[in-house]
Order: sequence, then C-alpha cells, then structure tokens
Amino acid sequence: MGPEYFSELISRLADGFVVTLQLLGWSLLFSTIIGTALGAMRVSPLAPLRAFGTAYVNIFRNTPLVVLFLIVVVGLPGIGFLPSFFWRAVMALSLYTAAFVCECVRSGVNTVEAGQAEAARSIGMDFGQSLRFVVLPQAFRAVIPPLASVYIALTKNTSVAAVFGITEATYQLSNLIRDFPGSLWVNFIGIALGYILIVAVISAIANMFERRVGVAA
Amino acid sequence: MALKKTKAFATMAALALTLAACGGGGGDDVAVEDSPEFDSGTTMAELADAGKVTIGVKFDQPGIGYMPPGADVPEGFDIEMAKIVAGKLGIAPEDITWKETVSDNREPFLENGTVDLVLASYSITPERREVVGQAGPYYVTGQQLLVREEDKDKITGPDDLEGVKTCSVTGSTSIKTVEEEFGAEPVPFDTYSACVTQLENGSVDVVTTDGAILLGYAAETPDELEVVGEAFSEERYGIGFQKDDAEMCEFLTTTLTDSFEDGSYDEAFQSTLGESGVETPEPPAVDEGCTA
Repeated sequence: MGPEYFSELISRLADGFVVTLQLLGWSLLFSTIIGTALGAMRVSPLAPLRAFGTAYVNIFRNTPLVVLFLIVVVGLPGIGFLPSFFWRAVMALSLYTAAFVCECVRSGVNTVEAGQAEAARSIGMDFGQSLRFVVLPQAFRAVIPPLASVYIALTKNTSVAAVFGITEATYQLSNLIRDFPGSLWVNFIGIALGYILIVAVISAIANMFERRVGVAA
Repeated sequence: MALKKTKAFATMAALALTLAACGGGGGDDVAVEDSPEFDSGTTMAELADAGKVTIGVKFDQPGIGYMPPGADVPEGFDIEMAKIVAGKLGIAPEDITWKETVSDNREPFLENGTVDLVLASYSITPERREVVGQAGPYYVTGQQLLVREEDKDKITGPDDLEGVKTCSVTGSTSIKTVEEEFGAEPVPFDTYSACVTQLENGSVDVVTTDGAILLGYAAETPDELEVVGEAFSEERYGIGFQKDDAEMCEFLTTTLTDSFEDGSYDEAFQSTLGESGVETPEPPAVDEGCTA
C-alpha cells in the first residue's frame, strides 16, 4: 500500500464518483418532476388521472430496480430505442424513483388542511392554481425528511448501473478489488466514504430547508 | 394425399437435419474402449470398474460448455473432449454425469470429490496447480475481439479500439486490458451474454474475453458476428483432476496426445467451435507432468 496505490485509489474514486454524481443529478431532477406531476394526478378531481397515477405507482414501486434496468437497457433496444447507456440508466432510475417521490408528495398534500384548498377555490383559483400556489408549497415543506430519504435511496441505487454499462463508483470498486486484492478494506472504505459524503450533503441541504421552511413538530 | 405425405416427410426430414446440425453433435461416434486395462488401485481402474464418471463442465458458454434451454445434456468443445476421455475409460457418453461448475467452485469440487474431472474452460495457472492437478493444455486461447460482421474490416485488432465502446464483464482482466492498454471506452456488464446482446443491438461495438468463448457466440450466429485479430494474451485450457494423482496425469496426457493424432480432437473442434468457420488450431504441446 505505497503512495502509488493511494494516488491510484484517489484518481479512480474521482473517476467513479463524477459519473455517480452525474447519474444522481439527472435522475434526481427527472424523478422530482415526474413524481410531482404524478402526485398532482393522484389528488386531482379527474378519475382517469387518479387511476393513471395509482397504476404508475403500483407498477414502478413494486418492480425491482434491477428488473427496470433490464427492461430499459436490454429490452428497449430490441424495439429500436437506442440512447447511450448513461441516459438509459438515468431513465431507469428516474422512472423508479418518481413513484416514491409521488407518494411523498401525496402524503404532503394530505397534511394540508382541506380548508386551504376550499379557500383557494373561493377566491377563484382553479385546481391547477390552488395546487401550485397554495397546496404544493405547503405539502413540500411537510415532507422534507421523507423526500430526503428518497434521494438518499436514489444515491445508493445508482450503484446498480455498475453492471449495466456505466463506469461509476461501484464499477471502480470491482476494478480496485481486481487490481489490489490485498487492500480490500481500504478499497471498500474509500468507496463507502464517497457515498457517505454524498448522503451527508443531501442531509445537510434537507436540514437547511427544514430549519427555514419546515413545519415545526 | 400421397403428395401431402411426401411433403410432411420432407418437412420432418429437414427438421431432423436442422436439429442434427444445431446439436453441435459429433458425440455419438466417440470411440468407447471395450474393456480398457488399467493397473489395479488407480483412479482410472476404479472409474472403469464403476462404469461411470462425474465431470464438471460449464453450462453457460456456447460452443465450449453449454446447456441449451430444455436439454438434459450439455454440448460444446469441452463436452466433446470429456467424451473422448470417458471413452478411453470404457465409459459411454450416456454414462457420464455432467455437473455444472462455475469459475469459483472448480477447485473445491475436485478437492472434495464432487467431480472426478473438470473440463470447463479451465486455464492452467501455477496458483491452481498448487491445489489441483491440471493436464494439458488441449487448447490455447487468449483475449480476442468479437465484432458485428459489417465492422470486421474496421476493427481488426486491439489497436483499433481507441475510444470504441467495448463490453466485458465487470471486474474482469479483459476489460482492464482494453481500457488501460488500448484506450477503449469500457462498458461493463455482468455476463458475456449480456455483452453479446448489446453488441447485436448496436449499443456497443466490441465484446472482448477469451477467444474460445467469443468463438462460441460467433458459432451461434456466424452470419452476424465475427471474431477478429490475433489473441493478445494467453490462456491454456487444461483438464483438472485431484492433486498428486500421477497415474491420472499420465493417462490424461496420453489421451490428449492420442486425440490430437487420431482425428478425434479435430472432430470435437469442428463440430463445436469450428461452426463459427475457423479451422481447427494446431494442437498445443502438452505439458510434462501435471503439478506445480
């Protein structure tokens, strides 16, 4: 475990976590957009939209992530859909995580008193406006901790991409184990620390939001 | 009516021919010794007396050791070589018990007697010869490249890999070599068959690992996939047996040498890996002695 090993360790960790962070960033963005839209569907007055939202959550929340990856990475190219492995991985992660974001949003909406929506309606807002300006802002501040948990789970779920064509942190871990089998624990701790760091940042941001806008217990 | 019957017959015949062609067979005409003589007390004598042998093979490498869906007998080059060895012991192919081995359990299976022999794309290495006996090699392969038919003139060897999406198994030495020595863009998957799927759908341009494994995939769809270039590493496939069984070593060495000379080796190769269109390789020189 000379200095050569440590410089190699650091450079591979950097390589791997850059990809992990890119996966995380895009998946977080898309899953939040899709999840919020689905959450709005689930509380909408229109039965078909509610049914769609419910069906989506039931399908994507109950399908193992690896199966979703298989469908997106191995199945979709069979019907001529061929984006890069990176975007296929983002797609699998986003579609999966959106189901959990949706349920967070819905539980947040349930914390908003019915009177708020009624008041919004009485001053002439339609469903979309009352959702955007009255209900969702209050819903989100109620669900900061569970939403942070969803994003933390997403961070760890990006590791599944290691066997679906993506050279992210967990892929680098298998390479490190192959090349430096004698330093198994150091390799492992290096990778674990990287994930812990990412999760710590997410937690810190969540705490900050909670202090500023969160609902006091 | 008569015409219909003829038609039906022709269809059946064609079907039978197709099945025979698909089987990668050649196994039915393996020579089985009538009553081979072995010194009493040797493992060969025990096996010959019992009239049965358990052989560890791969089930997931087309062309080498592969169990087709729904079949109950595996097929491939290793399987044919195993039948030749069993034949010398006076054991017919149907009296062989095929036991699936994966890379990690081959040494334990030999050590604890789960299998008598291993023919499972089993590379001879000094580390392995510390724990088991390995006779051979009977086949020398090395890392090669599998490409789509239309790319075979564009990608002809590892020097053409710069920036090319190259698939291999996560954590394998093959993926390291193409990435670090030839600048390929590594695409990791968990199995070679997953890599081949990605090659076929155009997501990657090259799959790399031992040439023998690649030839097996090429043999499945010879019109679409092609193994290109010379091997750029060396793997020597041998037959594994229990450590320190000197008579077994001698027997296997003789059996392999005989098979090179009497044409059975050529037949075993042509009916399996040879389906991809390659010639039977020049048989390798078998190592003297089989231990470390």
